[in-house]
Amino acid sequence: MKSMLTGLLEWTDARFPLTKMWDEHLAKYYAPKNFNLWYFFGSLALLVLVMQILTGIWLTMYYKPDAEGAFRSVEYIMREVEWGWLIRYMHSTGASAFFIVVYLHMFRGLMYGSYKQPRELIWVVGMLIYGALMAEAFFGYLLPWGQMSFWGAQVIISLFGAIYEPLAVWIRGDYVVSDATLNRFFSLHVVAIPMLLLGLVAAHIIALHEVGSNNPDGVEIKKKKNADGIPLDGIPFHPYYTVKDIMGAVGFLILFAAVVFFVPEFGGWFLESANFVPADPLKTPEHILPVWYFTPYYAILRAIPDKILGVVAMGAAVVILFVIPWLDRHPVRSVRYRSSLFKLLLAVFAVTFVVLGYLGTQPPTPVFSEIGLRLGEIYFSFFLVLWYYSRERSAACTWTVLVFVAVIMLIGDGIRYDEAKAGLMMKSALLPIGFYFVFVFLPMIAPGLNASKPVPERVT
Amino acid sequence: MRSYLLGAVMLALPALAQAAGGAMALVPARPDVHDQPSLQNGAKVYMNYCLGCHALSYMRYTRVGKDIGLNDDQVKDNLVLTGAKVVDEIRNSLRADDAKRWFGVQPPDLSVVARSRGPDWLYSYLLTFYHDPNPARPFGVNNVVFPDVAMPHALHALQGVQRREAGVVPEGAKSVAPVGLEFDGADLLVVKQAVMPDGSHERFADRLVLESEGELSPGQYRKATRDLVNFLTYIGEPAQLDRYRLGMWVILFLIVLFVLSRALYKEYWRDVH
Repeated sequence: MKSMLTGLLEWTDARFPLTKMWDEHLAKYYAPKNFNLWYFFGSLALLVLVMQILTGIWLTMYYKPDAEGAFRSVEYIMREVEWGWLIRYMHSTGASAFFIVVYLHMFRGLMYGSYKQPRELIWVVGMLIYGALMAEAFFGYLLPWGQMSFWGAQVIISLFGAIYEPLAVWIRGDYVVSDATLNRFFSLHVVAIPMLLLGLVAAHIIALHEVGSNNPDGVEIKKKKNADGIPLDGIPFHPYYTVKDIMGAVGFLILFAAVVFFVPEFGGWFLESANFVPADPLKTPEHILPVWYFTPYYAILRAIPDKILGVVAMGAAVVILFVIPWLDRHPVRSVRYRSSLFKLLLAVFAVTFVVLGYLGTQPPTPVFSEIGLRLGEIYFSFFLVLWYYSRERSAACTWTVLVFVAVIMLIGDGIRYDEAKAGLMMKSALLPIGFYFVFVFLPMIAPGLNASKPVPERVT
Repeated sequence: MRSYLLGAVMLALPALAQAAGGAMALVPARPDVHDQPSLQNGAKVYMNYCLGCHALSYMRYTRVGKDIGLNDDQVKDNLVLTGAKVVDEIRNSLRADDAKRWFGVQPPDLSVVARSRGPDWLYSYLLTFYHDPNPARPFGVNNVVFPDVAMPHALHALQGVQRREAGVVPEGAKSVAPVGLEFDGADLLVVKQAVMPDGSHERFADRLVLESEGELSPGQYRKATRDLVNFLTYIGEPAQLDRYRLGMWVILFLIVLFVLSRALYKEYWRDVH
């Protein structure tokens, strides 16, 4: 038996690089030994992707992409298909879980400088995956054909119309969201984007395995090798990280199952109550909201009084993430050895993103819109400071940055000036002013706050 | 430690979403989809008073019977009032164009109404029909939680008719908004909040009083509507009958698997740490 299997393997290896691939990507791929909790989210994203594809295949067996029958077919799955409710809840929960995992995975990259030279392409491909994922989620959200599906799609597509009206008609295939839109979104959701996603994920992993993984210390393990050319701080991915990731996957599945079985609607965050009303083109729901994973960008869009400028800002908020590797050129990778101010900066950015996400789910009152706008300014300022922190800056450079920002913000506030809101605008301006005082002005008088710590030779 | 924190935050989020809901405080229906007598009574009320206009077309009679503890013969004798077969979907015989002419809108299918409106809303809605002499009201009734609704009070034979006694608006109030419903003996209070010129809030209430009695006492009517809401809650998602029980086993299994996979990890990593 044994020899037959070995024989089959030899036969295959002579025709296909099976053992070679196994070794390159698993058994002889040396990963740093100091991965922490944050390093689970990459493999978890892969797990969720597989889960979404499998549950998606089964949903496609029963779902009908037809404006007359789509809503009914989803309820058919929920009631009459054996285990249909479980498959559907896994898929709907999986969509949100995907974004949770991916956001944490991206934040890990930010913390440990995983996008820095030579890993820029891993980051860029990762961002393409994020973009494809947003498209996938957007197309998929139309399919249940509920009120929120319909009106959410209507609103988002109209944003493209704000740039160039025929573009919206081209996307919808009609003058309103209709059966034609549903059919093409179905096609994109189950065929085009999943294929793209799989290709990009493969590219992401190939690029990663070419340069090797970063780690929480940001130390390049390939610099210190033993006589056999194996990194001293590296361990083979298989079996070490395969068994560790199995533990991570099971831990994740406990939380996942808790949502699927006990709170599948997650209080309206994962499945909105308005989506249990069939789409009605003649009845606009009270509040039209995107799902939570889009709300940070939605808050930026809504905060800007000019529609086209809002659309541009929203697009820029995503696009700017692509160029992070070229903004942050600081030689120290890991947040562990960067300055106290950088740590604070990263925390402020994370909080800003979450609060923007919250604001995006709330009705746009004047106060909330104003805070949204200021947080939008801080969101973009983060990238400016990231660039500014890349190396020691002269006082002249610092003053140029401060004056430049002050001028831009004054022009912005001048254009949108409204006497009724003057007090609010002044008060809320303290947010960006405080931000620049702490992150740009303060290091001028107290350079110690922005001093990096020495990076160790080996991982800790 | 951090992973526990993350989990705790994740599980606390739904409560946050509900807290942010706002609007009017409703009377709680406290549905219990495992209470079969309640579901059976709710089904009875539904088939007698609601199905004339509102279909439950995503469900079949036989499945409902199985879930609420009735066999096919019992379903045929007690629930099928439209001449349908027990394997049929629960449809009504109101024609769409008739409905449009009589009510101005087609009464919606209520298969998932408990998921879009929520049990508390349905319960409050069914309790707060009141007599409205305004000639613009086609059926002479109005509703507190759904003002100017097109639907007549389909359960008035059971409840009777309520009168709305307006509370006294505090003098000089700048604006008034309803904030909640409360039981007061046999009556229902519609609590309102007035914003006074100095910015303070004052509360007062309209009172719904039974004007003419129906077949049921107020207490019995509340129970009947609660059973009806319970039935609709079950209809909204039949899977919830199995979901929780199965979920317990799945999570227990995963916890055991986690302990084992953690032991495996510790074993493999002994030489690294």
